[in-house]
Amino acid sequence: MDVLSLSRLQFAVTAMFHFIFVPLTLGLSWLVAYMEWRYVKTGDVQYLRMTKFWGKLFLINFALGVVTGISMEFQFGMNWAEYSKYVGDIFGAPLAIEATLAFFLESTFIGVWIFGWNRISKKLHAVSITIVAFATNLSALWILFANGWQQHPVGYVLNNGRAEMVDFMALLTNANGVSKFFHTTISGYVIAAFFVMGISAYHLRKKQETFIFKKSFHYAAVFGLVASLLIGFTGDHEGVIVARTQPSKFAAMELQWETVKAAPMTLVAFPDSENERNVVEGLKIPNMLSLMAYHDPNAEVKGLKEFSREDRPPVLPVFLSFRTMVFLGMLFILVSATAVFLSRKETLESSPRFLGIMMLMIPLPYIAAQLGWIVAEMGRQPWIVYGLLRTSQGVSTGIDVAQVVGSLAGFTLLYGGLAAVDAYLLFKFARKGPDKGVDEIVNMKRA
Amino acid sequence: MIFQITWFILWGVLWAVYFMLDGFDFGVSILQPFIAKNDAERRLVLNSIGPVWDGNEVWLITAGGATFAAFPTTYAVMFSALYTPLFIILCAIIVRGVSIEFRGKSENPLYRRAWDWAFVVGSFVPALLFGVAFGNIFQGLPMDASGYHGTLFTLLNPYGILTGALFVLLFAVHGALWLSVRTEGEILERARGMAKTLWPVLTVVAVAFLVATAFATRLYDNYLSMPFLAPLPVLAVLALLAAGYFIFKGKSAHAFVSSCVTILMVTFTGVAGLYPNLIPSSIDTKYSLTIFNSSSSQYTLTIMTVVALLFVPIVILYQAWTYKVFSDRISVEGIARDEDAY
Repeated sequence: MDVLSLSRLQFAVTAMFHFIFVPLTLGLSWLVAYMEWRYVKTGDVQYLRMTKFWGKLFLINFALGVVTGISMEFQFGMNWAEYSKYVGDIFGAPLAIEATLAFFLESTFIGVWIFGWNRISKKLHAVSITIVAFATNLSALWILFANGWQQHPVGYVLNNGRAEMVDFMALLTNANGVSKFFHTTISGYVIAAFFVMGISAYHLRKKQETFIFKKSFHYAAVFGLVASLLIGFTGDHEGVIVARTQPSKFAAMELQWETVKAAPMTLVAFPDSENERNVVEGLKIPNMLSLMAYHDPNAEVKGLKEFSREDRPPVLPVFLSFRTMVFLGMLFILVSATAVFLSRKETLESSPRFLGIMMLMIPLPYIAAQLGWIVAEMGRQPWIVYGLLRTSQGVSTGIDVAQVVGSLAGFTLLYGGLAAVDAYLLFKFARKGPDKGVDEIVNMKRA
Repeated sequence: MIFQITWFILWGVLWAVYFMLDGFDFGVSILQPFIAKNDAERRLVLNSIGPVWDGNEVWLITAGGATFAAFPTTYAVMFSALYTPLFIILCAIIVRGVSIEFRGKSENPLYRRAWDWAFVVGSFVPALLFGVAFGNIFQGLPMDASGYHGTLFTLLNPYGILTGALFVLLFAVHGALWLSVRTEGEILERARGMAKTLWPVLTVVAVAFLVATAFATRLYDNYLSMPFLAPLPVLAVLALLAAGYFIFKGKSAHAFVSSCVTILMVTFTGVAGLYPNLIPSSIDTKYSLTIFNSSSSQYTLTIMTVVALLFVPIVILYQAWTYKVFSDRISVEGIARDEDAY
């Protein structure tokens, strides 16, 4: 393999690994904050134990999210120096602003939250985790402004052999960035909701700490249902924007080879990229694709043949990832609606089979989120900045294969090891349940 | 031009504050094997930086992000030229970060010892390599029109290693002083003793560095042509001497403040000596990356300046507040009672 393929592989490995930990924290931070505010409001120590239990699982993930994020930032310079020179005038700003506005906030207040239990007032303590939740989401906003620009460059001119920013507001109102922000962060909420429901289900099956886990399950179910519905809406909106701004990606997602008006949606299909057609094609809904893409049943949808072969993304993985993601998204709506229904009727404990299913559901939203990034990033190929700069033009020229092999192997080993420890710790603490001693400690402090 | 100079100064400030803050985190963990004798004491050492290390580390991310946004060409050349050392620094920082969070999550002594060493190595390596990297930047990198010509071993030259040693010692003394203001009992005594032992060594290395800089770099040229910059190195030397004075007087808090000033001034001295270069070329100055030939457009720099002037003061305010919240001394007994400590 050459420096380009190795660098792409390394970026994929590190980005996807980073995105195992980040999305959970996007949603779990809100849930933990809500639990702590319940404690502040009621003074009931059960809510404090609940907060600390989920807080511990949150922190294990948070640490990994932070440290893996650092290597993301520096890889742009290490492996993608030509890209960095070309787009730094625009792309660097949101990254620097993210650090200044969001990253400082979350990293400072997470320390206050972990260590501040006995030093600051209850309210201020609950404010700390709320700030962490807000800042974590704010950080995603700036990163997705940067990514959105890569997907759909706006507000720039080409000058001195690079893209220079001329309209900062265009960057902040870029439909691609804004819509990606909502779709991505809300996918994190779905992940967190199913994470909390799954672990709660485990304890409810064992009939232990039922107060805490029934409440936790219920909060997460409501959060999960709202988030799953929103993910459907934002996903639909993403589709509209992609059709407009990245027609080659959209065509790959939908296996549309020909440019046609009033395009139907094909429910069952499989591509034959070699011969530029689908080998399987069935169950068509007339006008549906045009309607979804342009909210107009007769609109024209561009096909892959519109683009020369070297300008097309890899069709099969983009298509399969997209379909699986959409299928999973619908499943989440169904399952979380059932979860809300059952948890409202207080029949959770008598449905061990449903609880078992909820435990098995935990990994699925993670998979859906990873597939979403495959659609977004692989679908953008061969462009590193869509329509402007090819990925092959963005790679560093001053590094050699041996260096990248070394760093790729190093990152893979290190991340693999960390993933193992992380999984071990999450299992350990999730199974252990809330700490028992909090009541005594609270009483001791009052006395 | 005014924006480039502003961002050059901010660039220096971000690195200086990063070294001042994360410097004591590094120092504390480098000293951990020498200062802590058992599990409870190692836990204390770790918890002395527990509430603040994460916020400190963000100054690095901001320094990196600011380099990218304000001087993209420098960012690209710097990090691809220093690919392997940067990769090693990243791994070390990752390992250190998780070691702090993971260490206390199991009672298994083997598990704990493994993370203890990850904590020590994960701090020593970046402290040393940041020094090596900056030493090499001060000297200039072998760059011409076709890019960087060198390997990892090019960087491990005597001056680079000397700067690395200077960084490690600066941080070690800084960490010992941090422990002297944050802890109680035996750890406090050992930390004070460590500061007394290390400060003379640091001073010798600092003198060697000042002398070597005259031969290995052109940093002093700026001080001869722009004498108004002279307070920077003078203050660096005075602050180092003040730190020593307070260490031997037993005034830990004063010594720690002096050490903060030392690190800030040492970094400023180096950065001001580079001006107008960010990375000088050791082959020919016409290939040097300067703040003028590697900067972003004026439009981007304006936006970045507004953001920085509005928000960096706010960051400093709330970070200062957390230092106040966590200013009391901690002890082995106190940590043992505190279930929320690491």
